[in-house]
Amino acid sequence: MILLRRELSVLFLSPIAYVTLFFFLILNGLSFWFAIVSLNHAPAENTVGQVFFNGTLFWMAYLLVFPLITMRLFAEEFKLGTIETLMTAPVREIEVVLSKFFAAFLFYLCLWIPSLLYFLVFSWLGNRAAIGSAGQLWAPYVLLFVTGTFNVALGCLASAVTSNQIVAATISFVLTTGFFFLTLAHYLASRAAPLWREIAESVSQVDHMESFSSGIVDSRALVFYPSMALLFIFITFHFFQWRRWKA
Amino acid sequence: MIKVEQLTKKYPSTTAIEDLNFEVAKGEVVGLLGPNGAGKTTTMRILAGFIPATSGSAFVAGYDIFRESLKARMHLGYLPESVPMYGEMRVREYLRYRGSLKGLSGKKLRQRIETVQELCSIKEVGKRPISTLSKGYKQRVGLAEAMIHQPPLLILDEPTLGLDPNQIRQVRELIRSLGEKHTILLSTHILSEAEMTCSRVIIVNKGHIQASDTPANLIGQIRTSGNVCLEARTGNDNPIEWLTRIHGIKEVSARVEDGWQLCSIRVEASSDPREEIFALATERRWILRELTRERATLEDAFVEITHD
Repeated sequence: MILLRRELSVLFLSPIAYVTLFFFLILNGLSFWFAIVSLNHAPAENTVGQVFFNGTLFWMAYLLVFPLITMRLFAEEFKLGTIETLMTAPVREIEVVLSKFFAAFLFYLCLWIPSLLYFLVFSWLGNRAAIGSAGQLWAPYVLLFVTGTFNVALGCLASAVTSNQIVAATISFVLTTGFFFLTLAHYLASRAAPLWREIAESVSQVDHMESFSSGIVDSRALVFYPSMALLFIFITFHFFQWRRWKA
Repeated sequence: MIKVEQLTKKYPSTTAIEDLNFEVAKGEVVGLLGPNGAGKTTTMRILAGFIPATSGSAFVAGYDIFRESLKARMHLGYLPESVPMYGEMRVREYLRYRGSLKGLSGKKLRQRIETVQELCSIKEVGKRPISTLSKGYKQRVGLAEAMIHQPPLLILDEPTLGLDPNQIRQVRELIRSLGEKHTILLSTHILSEAEMTCSRVIIVNKGHIQASDTPANLIGQIRTSGNVCLEARTGNDNPIEWLTRIHGIKEVSARVEDGWQLCSIRVEASSDPREEIFALATERRWILRELTRERATLEDAFVEITHD
């Protein structure tokens, strides 16, 4: 608990957090604005919410945010050497790993809070809802919640393998975007093997968002991402232990 | 308080320490001395629970540092060599964080923060971010942090490294006063410091213990002790010629400065020819300005022991 509070205060007190928040809001705001504009010009069956959650800018903001919030977590402790004071205090390694993961995850969740305002303002000014039903609003957020656990865990791992924050950010970016685009590859290769296509479709964040933003909750995603997150937290824990012991 | 048995730490390329055995009793202030790379930091890191040993066992306050690591860590305060701290935190904030990590809370925590700030005289910087502090202050913040939970044992790795002479004196005073209540294991390069603060010194070299004794006994053991220094105006006499006639003097070297003969006299072990030298000086009507027996220091002992 004390560790978690410390990690959270570092995240929220660092300038990089606000830079992240700033660009995240700009990208998301633009994305929302484009959604409205595009629907103004060409009436379609989609709701503003659906266009927003499936926009390119939205995904860009989403993918950029993980390296930024996770790169510091472990890399900085190794760089400063504070790992030595931290691990000679009576704390368990798993406590350290979990507190870092949850701090980054909570920060990630906070990033999404302002976007709820968009929908509020839209319905207030436009006298109509930006989404078809309540489910179309909360389902995408549920998806962002579960995919968030997965991507934050990837970021944790990236930060635990190096002492350099920039390297950590790069690794984390490669891992998260790598996974993101790999599962989109079947759109490009039209003659992809059916098995590959099926696997890719069932773990693709874009495909999931398409169904979630139309209000269809796919339980496969709810199981897949958190369990992958657990796996990567587990790997992070072992990496962390191994690095400390080899020090 | 500390019990180390057959402790060995091997790295892929080197063996840092091998079959180390020593004990530190409650209330002792023990200095770990040795040249760079002797295994001091490795030993301390193992004892603080930061890295595991390759083989052997270590007990801190009765707890096995590997099997009951958390309990052992509760009973020790550790100051790493580079004093790593979070630069963006303020001193009080850092102490509060570390104190609560070590299980303090509420009124007790506040009291301890006040006490350690006073002990280490860092009260006036309590509100400053750690990154803006001088090395001396940082070192004392590190010390304050190490003892915030009143551990019976303090492990201090080079506590005076990088400090100026005034700061060294302050930290040394602090360690000496802490030694009244805590058991302390410290490592240092500065031998005069070990001589002044430690009740016992363990000299390690190349991963092995070379000597373990009180500073006074270590100094007594070494051969180089007992050189005599003489400064006199000897007129037309050649002092070397006269002095070598005295029994027990092995070798004399002399140089002249402003008409004074500055003689360095090597004597045989366990003989003290100062009386004879004085008698010779009065007989030859030399004017004496200095006649002293050089006191061997721990430094001499250290050099001799680690060179063998």
